Amino acid sequence: MSEILQPQSPGIPLPVPTIYSQPYWDGCQVGELRFQRCQDCGAITMDPAPACSACFSENLEWEVSTGLGEVYSWTTVWRPQTPAFTVPYVAVIVTLDEGFWLLANLVNCPVDAVYVGMRVQTTFVELSEEITLPYFEPVD
Amino acid sequence: MAKHPFHDVAIVGIANSEQARVLEGHDSTTITFQAVHRVLADTGLTPQDIDGVAAGPFSGPLTYYMRNGPAWRSHMAPSIPIILDAASAIATGQCHTVLVAHGSAGIYTERASTAPWTRPANEFVVAYGMFTAAEFALIAQRHMHMHGTTHEQLATVAATIRNNGHAHPEAVYHGRGPFTPDDILASRMVSDPFHLLDCAMTSEGACALILTTRERAQDLPNKPVYILGGACDSFGPSYQHPPAWDLAGPSGRNNGYTGRWAAQKSFAMGELGPTDVDVCEFYDPFSFEIIRQFEAYGFCEEGEGGDFIMDGRIGPGGQFPVTTDGGTMSFSHGGAAVQQLQRVIRGVEQLRGTCVTSQVPDAQVAMCSNGGAGALFTDVMLLGTETP
Repeated sequence: MSEILQPQSPGIPLPVPTIYSQPYWDGCQVGELRFQRCQDCGAITMDPAPACSACFSENLEWEVSTGLGEVYSWTTVWRPQTPAFTVPYVAVIVTLDEGFWLLANLVNCPVDAVYVGMRVQTTFVELSEEITLPYFEPVD
Repeated sequence: MAKHPFHDVAIVGIANSEQARVLEGHDSTTITFQAVHRVLADTGLTPQDIDGVAAGPFSGPLTYYMRNGPAWRSHMAPSIPIILDAASAIATGQCHTVLVAHGSAGIYTERASTAPWTRPANEFVVAYGMFTAAEFALIAQRHMHMHGTTHEQLATVAATIRNNGHAHPEAVYHGRGPFTPDDILASRMVSDPFHLLDCAMTSEGACALILTTRERAQDLPNKPVYILGGACDSFGPSYQHPPAWDLAGPSGRNNGYTGRWAAQKSFAMGELGPTDVDVCEFYDPFSFEIIRQFEAYGFCEEGEGGDFIMDGRIGPGGQFPVTTDGGTMSFSHGGAAVQQLQRVIRGVEQLRGTCVTSQVPDAQVAMCSNGGAGALFTDVMLLGTETP
C-alpha cells in the first residue's frame, strides 16, 4: 500500500495577493475556484492579470470554475524545496474543464497513482487566516 | 548583399576563474576580479583598452574599480543576451572593446534548501514547493507522455555530459566518473523523471570574455572567433507561472519549443542550418533539455529527440557532440548566470582549437544556448571561425 499524499502543514511560504489577484484568493476562502473571463472576446485569463491574455482588454469579469479537470503534467518531488515542505509531494498542472491551467499539489491520492489525463477536482485547505490554498484530489 | 550585422565584431578573450562547490575566501566580487585578470592576461589588454563593460548589475562597479570611464555599459542579464548587447554596441560604434564578466560566490549557504536563485517567490507557485527541477520535470513529463521519451534516453544524455566533465581537469566534478546510463538511473530521485544525476549541480565561480572590433582583433594574440548569429526567445518570467509545454499566444508558437524561433533567426543571420554545426554547446540544466533542444532547433523532428541522441551521436566523435566541458552537470554551475556565459566560452575554446579535453577536430561552427522550457526562455548564439 503506497503512501497517501497529504496537504502541506502551516509554516510553508504563503502567497501574497496583489490588487488584481485578491478576488481569486477571496474565492478560495469560500470554496470557489475563480477565474477571469474577457467580456469582449470571451477568452479566459489565468493566472489572474490586469488584462485579457488573448486581446489585452481590461474588461474582465470573475467566474467560478466547476473545479473539475484533468492532469496535464506532473512530477513527484522527493527533495523538498525547503525544509518547510514534507516529501513526497506531487506538483501537477491541471487543465480545468473550462480550459485554463492551474499549478497546485495533488492530495488524497496514493503517491504512485498519478498519470497524465487523471480526472481531478479542487479541494481547499486553510493554511492561515488570510490564505486558503486550492489543491487537487482524484475524482471518485 | 547586406553586410552581416556582426561583420566587424570578434570575440578575442575568454577566461574562467577557478570553479568549486565552495570557493573559500571568495565572494562574488573577488571571484569576478580573478576572471577579469585572467581574461586581460588572455588578450594582453589592460583596463585602459576597455571602453565598454557588460557585467549586468556589476557593470558600474567594474568601471569604477578599473577607472576606465567614461565607458559604455550593459545592464542585461549576464548571459547570451549581454554578449549580443555588447556585440551590437561595438557594431554600432558605441564602443570598441567590451569586457563581459560575471561571478557568483557565497550566495548559496543554506544547503538544506534548494539554491535561492531556483525558487523566486510568486503567489501562484510559492506554496506548492516548486523549484527548477520540478519546473523542468513538468516539461519533461509532458514530452514523455506525448512521445514516449524514456528515462534511459534522459540518462544517456546525463552520462554523456558527465563523462565530458569527468575528463576535464578544470571541472568541479573532474574524475567523478565515468558514468553509464545505469549509474544515472541508480541515483536517487529528485523530481520525477529526474534523478539526482539528471540535474545540474550547484557551485561557485566566475568567467569573462572580451569582444572587440574585427580590425583590432588582428593585432591580438588569439585566433578571433566571430558571431554568426544570435537571438532570444522568452515566454514570460521564470518560475512564476505553470511551465506548460503548450503555453502559447494566438501565434501558436509554444513554450515547449522555446528557442526554435531564436535558432531560426540565428541560422538565417549566418546563412546556416543545423547540419553546418560542428559542436553543440547546449545548456544542460536537466538531461531532458538536450533532447528538447535538438527538436526545437530543427536537428530532428518533433518527438524524435529521444531516439536522436542515442547511438553515440552526441558523444565524443559523434555527429553532434554536446556540452563538451561537462556543462552545469559537471563543469560548474556558479549561480543564476555564470554557467550560461560558460557555454559561449566553451564554444570559443572549441573554435580556437584549444580544448584540453573533448576537442572536436577542425570545429568551424559552434552553437551555444542558454535557458530552457522549464524557465520559459531560450537564447541561442552561433559562433564561427570565419568572418561573417
